[in-house]
Amino acid sequence: MDNIAGHKSSLTWAVHISVVLLVALWLFPTVGLFVSSFRTADQIASSGWWNALFPTEQSLTLRTDSPEAQVQQEGVYVLEGNLFAVEGRETAPISSFGVSSRDISAFAPGDTAELRRGGTITVQENGDYRLVSEEEIRGGRGARIFVTAEIPPEFTLRNYDTVLGQDVVKQLAIYIAAAAILWGVMRYTLASQPAIVAQGAPVVGGIVLLVLLAATFGLSSGAAEGAQTTDDMGRAFFSTLTVTVPATIIPIVVAAFAAYALAWMDFPGRALLIAFVVGLLVVPLQLALIPLLKLHLAIGIGKGYLGVWLAHTGFGLPLAVYLLRNYMAGLPRDIIENARVDGATEFQIFTKIILPLSFPALASFAIFQFLWTWNDLLVAKVFLIDATGQTTVMTNQIVELLGTRGGNWEILATAAFVSIAVPLVVFFAMQRYLVRGLLAGSVK
Amino acid sequence: MHPALQGLLTIVIGVGSCIGYFWASNQFLDRVLFPAKGPNAGRNINRANMIRPWLFLFPALFALSLYLAYPVFETLRLSLTDRDQGGAFIGLANYTQMMGETKFWEAMGNNMLWLIVVPALSTAFGLLAAQLTDRIGWGNVAKSLIFMPMAISFVGAAVIWKLVYDARPPDAEQIGVLNAIYVSITGNDPQQWLTIPFWNNFFLMIVLVWIQTGFAMVILSAALRGIPEETVEAAIVDGANPFQIFFKIKVPQIMPTIMVVWTTITLVVLKIFDIVFAMTNGQWGTQVLANYMFDKLFRANDWGVGSASAIVIMLLVTPILVWNVRQARKEMR
Repeated sequence: MDNIAGHKSSLTWAVHISVVLLVALWLFPTVGLFVSSFRTADQIASSGWWNALFPTEQSLTLRTDSPEAQVQQEGVYVLEGNLFAVEGRETAPISSFGVSSRDISAFAPGDTAELRRGGTITVQENGDYRLVSEEEIRGGRGARIFVTAEIPPEFTLRNYDTVLGQDVVKQLAIYIAAAAILWGVMRYTLASQPAIVAQGAPVVGGIVLLVLLAATFGLSSGAAEGAQTTDDMGRAFFSTLTVTVPATIIPIVVAAFAAYALAWMDFPGRALLIAFVVGLLVVPLQLALIPLLKLHLAIGIGKGYLGVWLAHTGFGLPLAVYLLRNYMAGLPRDIIENARVDGATEFQIFTKIILPLSFPALASFAIFQFLWTWNDLLVAKVFLIDATGQTTVMTNQIVELLGTRGGNWEILATAAFVSIAVPLVVFFAMQRYLVRGLLAGSVK
Repeated sequence: MHPALQGLLTIVIGVGSCIGYFWASNQFLDRVLFPAKGPNAGRNINRANMIRPWLFLFPALFALSLYLAYPVFETLRLSLTDRDQGGAFIGLANYTQMMGETKFWEAMGNNMLWLIVVPALSTAFGLLAAQLTDRIGWGNVAKSLIFMPMAISFVGAAVIWKLVYDARPPDAEQIGVLNAIYVSITGNDPQQWLTIPFWNNFFLMIVLVWIQTGFAMVILSAALRGIPEETVEAAIVDGANPFQIFFKIKVPQIMPTIMVVWTTITLVVLKIFDIVFAMTNGQWGTQVLANYMFDKLFRANDWGVGSASAIVIMLLVTPILVWNVRQARKEMR
């Protein structure tokens, strides 16, 4: 309707440019986190992530070889080698170097500097050095040399190894590729089957293969480095999953029956009950924390998975009942009345007709509840995480990392990205249902 | 037992017992209690149909009452008692104590600021994005990218934005994009954005605006598409320019939807906790009600004042609750 009249092409360009800007603005922070999770700590600290593709000027602290390697030449002791080779790094052009941490760029490459512990050192642009001393060079380790060098861009999976365990990304990529191939093959061979089989079976098959591969060959070839923070992130991932799946499925079942009664059964007080559910929709769950924690402690559930599953079920129910009722109420009356006339019981009508027809609404709610429970911090903090620290969730783990490792962006970015990767996949795969649910849940 | 197995078992038991309950109770009703045969068949069917809805509703109603309705009253009761005196009734003492705390008023003030800024900005950006993306070919891709932050947890978003706000010492290269821009434009020293009193609230709000804009956009875009074309065509024929069409024809027609978006985001803002908790934890004058409550409940262990502040949140939500229930009842008729 916009191209009927009064349509100016200059305005169209303005629209395109504004949308590009808007999208860029919205995407920029997330991309920053994603890119940072693949950079080394040195790289993150020395340049903004938007410069990740360009070489950066970095200050490095390198060491000469240990004094054991010295040789005696013409009455002096000589230690020779390459500064980068000592640490197993790629060589990079050195723009300046220093021998004291107070002045790290005192000398240009090729200059000769006097070492505090005696002797002189000459460093070339490519990192080759020659340390000459009149007396025997002592000490257990090599001398510290500070260099400023142009380091080429460097990307690494090491952060993921640190956070989750070694080779996680590599192995996961292989498993996912295998699952995707199975998905493709099943999709192709089942193409002639009814839609629910043709679309559902490949997804289930792919996921089953993924789980099987991960269970048989493991997810990492070695434990994570730097134990305490890291190990926890892998465990937290599975804890989060353990919290999420039952907390998503159980409310659906409970709500579906109630929604059917509210949509298609006549009984006194129905309108009042719907109003009750709508009212509960907005009750802040903050109110429920203390009374329910008291209740859980009193009846012996305590803090743990069972408590958090029950809590999420309770908190998710109003939306579930509301969404499902609205959707079911919109189903054609004829189908249900025909079934009643044909002698179907209410239970049969519900399981054989209503439930399959309500699939889109069920999917919508499932996504909501999944995102909400996966991303939740407050409910887990109150109902799950106890003083022993045995159980935790990723959101809580990240908050703790923010406190203890606030400056280690490579760890933080990677941990955060691990926790948002799953919701993002769900989001992009099932966006259609999410949008439908949002529209049904709020536009009235 | 491994928690994953435990989870699997819970699903099986939970789902199985739900379905088992529904099936068994229906069978009991139809076969044993009021069988649809014999001399009283007709009356029995009617009676069974009167009871059946409650069988279907019972688990949901029970859970809703226990997990949401009961806590409202229990919290109210707790807010009037003192835990240290063995739960003795102390009237409004908790409330007066709370009113005397500067942190509470700081939280109230900040929450009001959040209530004005976040829904307004989210709705405005959402409307802008909806209107712009509806007119171009790759609009759907653009929409889904702007919508994406909805899937990211508040905690994840907090990390993402902490990286944006990061500050390094003045002589070092800035790795937070905001400081990088700020330093290169003004030449001043980098700022610790999250510690600047008052303005740091806005840096926290931006995070929520960033998340909620996608939600507003999706809903408003659907509403914009629902506008009858005739009204727009008539305006074009009358010589209205695109801006007039947007502000005078389209926006008034989707006003009810804008209200819904506004109130929904308001609800999110009233309960905002994770962002503040993860980014500043209420320091430097950024306290909000939900975080204040969490502090009271789980750090100070003061259930009385904590419950009182929860009741304050409930009171702030109540107008929206009443409005929602009214709307729902209007529709039912």
